[in-house]
Amino acid sequence: MAARIWALIIKEFLALLKHKASRVVLIGPPFIQLLVFGYAATFDVNQIPYAVFNEDSGSVARTMLGYFEGSPTFHQTALISHESQIAPLLDTQQVLLVLHVAPRFSRDILGHQSGQLQVILDGRNSNTAAIALNDVSALINQFNQDWMRQPGWSISPAIPEIRAWYNPNLISRWFIVPGIVALLTLVVTLLVTGLSVAREREMGTLDQLLVSPLRPLEILMGKALPGFFIGLLEAGLISLLVVVWFHVPFTGSLPALVLGVVLFLWAAIGIGLMISSLASTQQQGLLGVFLFLVPAVILSGFSTPIANMPEPVQWLTFLNPMRYFLVIVRGVFLEGDGVSLLWPQYWPLALLALASMSTAHWRFRTHMG
Amino acid sequence: MIVTPRLRALVRKEFLQILRDPSALAIAFVLPVFLLFLFGYGVSLDAHHLPVAVVVEQPTQETNEFVAGLSQSTYFQPQVYTQLAAARKALMQHQVQGILWLRSDFTRALWQQRSAPLGILVNGVDANTARLLQGYLQGVWQTWIQQQALRTGQVLRLPVTLQNRIWFNPALRSRNYLVPGLIAVIMTLIGALLTALVVAREWERGTMEALMATPASLLELLLGKLIPYFLLGMGGMALSVLMALVLFAVPLQGSLVLLMLASALFLLVALGMGLLISTVARNQFVAGQIAIIVTFLPAFILSGFIFDIGSMPEPIQILTHLVAARYFVTLLQCLFLAGNVPAVLLTNAGALLLMALLFFGLTWRHSRKRLD
Repeated sequence: MAARIWALIIKEFLALLKHKASRVVLIGPPFIQLLVFGYAATFDVNQIPYAVFNEDSGSVARTMLGYFEGSPTFHQTALISHESQIAPLLDTQQVLLVLHVAPRFSRDILGHQSGQLQVILDGRNSNTAAIALNDVSALINQFNQDWMRQPGWSISPAIPEIRAWYNPNLISRWFIVPGIVALLTLVVTLLVTGLSVAREREMGTLDQLLVSPLRPLEILMGKALPGFFIGLLEAGLISLLVVVWFHVPFTGSLPALVLGVVLFLWAAIGIGLMISSLASTQQQGLLGVFLFLVPAVILSGFSTPIANMPEPVQWLTFLNPMRYFLVIVRGVFLEGDGVSLLWPQYWPLALLALASMSTAHWRFRTHMG
Repeated sequence: MIVTPRLRALVRKEFLQILRDPSALAIAFVLPVFLLFLFGYGVSLDAHHLPVAVVVEQPTQETNEFVAGLSQSTYFQPQVYTQLAAARKALMQHQVQGILWLRSDFTRALWQQRSAPLGILVNGVDANTARLLQGYLQGVWQTWIQQQALRTGQVLRLPVTLQNRIWFNPALRSRNYLVPGLIAVIMTLIGALLTALVVAREWERGTMEALMATPASLLELLLGKLIPYFLLGMGGMALSVLMALVLFAVPLQGSLVLLMLASALFLLVALGMGLLISTVARNQFVAGQIAIIVTFLPAFILSGFIFDIGSMPEPIQILTHLVAARYFVTLLQCLFLAGNVPAVLLTNAGALLLMALLFFGLTWRHSRKRLD
């Protein structure tokens, strides 16, 4: 049996790697995508472009605006002198926000009254806007704390002490880049396995396989194992690059990651083969891969938290292997997780792998030819 | 345009083929509705009811009031702990996203400037949610301490107070900018899927030779492919826009006519890209793989639909100019939320027009009427 499967694996690898185009498609894009997406996919907001509309000639306003000029988060791109200039700047997205200092600002503060700083903000991208607003508040808090050390300001409230675990500087790249391991592994595995059976069926070579002494399970294994090896290799290389190139800390245990990758690959292969055994043409196979891949990526917690989704959509994500694997990669990379903490992720993955592989096997046995 | 009887016949043939294998109809009409429904609800950056642990070391009237204030906010779901160790364990096991630690000297230290009676600890793995959580928590703290000052008759006057005016999306609803972006991502998929396989299929099945043997010109052949799928795609687009307006209640500030024009332009680009892929690949397997690689993921990550292009490193920002979805996302977000801003509309529509011309030009060059 082993020899027969081995022969089939060699045949599959040859079929996959024979054409230069499919070789390139399997190897090139994942690495280019890792590099491009690793840098592109970030929620961090830096160099916020802002404009200053200063109607006050006093020194306090200048000191306060100095806080913004000195901050690496902000980047002043325009100085305006009239209210009518605000709208064009915001409309065309040349600036994200406008700081408007009213004429009485310095006089009020020097007289120990509160001065008002108006922030006019482009709220189109609500996430960027919320972060920018937080950054403005943080700078103003800092200014207030410093200014209130001068005599004449009665009391001032205590400031909370804030810390973040696992990712102390809140770099969103640390969150996204390990997720790309999951994303690309899933794409490659589905592409390899999802079209494999449909291609043979369309070309008529499936009949040849069926009249050979191979049993359905052996054909299935012959289709699954090349996907497994390619997926394992890509997951390994990408994880290595995540550490070496993107300097994401790897704090957990390697066996925990390997176990996660293996289970995730089998779940993905099972789904790929299931799609493949349901499709009668490559076009249908491809459609199936697309139809699974797109929701699997978007509803996985890769970019937006699952907790933000409505309940019914959250239930749906329990069927998504990427959901579990993302917790595993992020846990192992950032939170120092070992095997023992990750059981709640391993067993659903194993269950999904088992269910999808058995469905594919059943389809193979009953609907062949 | 030259509407010859031959072209009409080709369009008719394509339509008949579409009707015979309804998968194209499903791609054009069912898929966008299904995906937009799923993602419109599923993709959200608005964090609500975040589970947070509140550690109260020494309950006093002030701490009670603070916790009560926290419970009223829809942002949090506070769980009270008496010991920090238990709260830390809950944080490690992902039961809570953050910890608010009211130290034993909470009440006493409230009005001492350099003291920190309150410690905030968040799980930073999801940096974005962590940042929002920190912002919300600080907001709650500031509001509470101002109320506290008012109630106890203390004069709390801060040198600078902030007044926000948020334009275009005053409630900062993430759905308002994500849903228009989703339409762009979904239509990129639809456009590429509709055409990526049609020419490759004709090559693989050998029917391309039959088409070439007819007197139909190359232009007629390409238009014969394009027109039916364009009409299908516009149908799907109209459904998506309708859903955004009715189901997701995204306000439309700009004009509907301009929106449909921008959509038509983008659809041309998406279909052109699909045609080019399938002309160059001539093989459904490779065409499909290229379509997945160059459409969905770049439209998802490099279009500015969810990740802000302005925050990307310079070389990546330059690269995003190659992604058609980028221009369409900007157009949609502008038309939906900001209105008809000529400067934005013209530059982005111009870029789309250029891309459409480029793709059709390349397809034209690559599709000779001859067999290799």
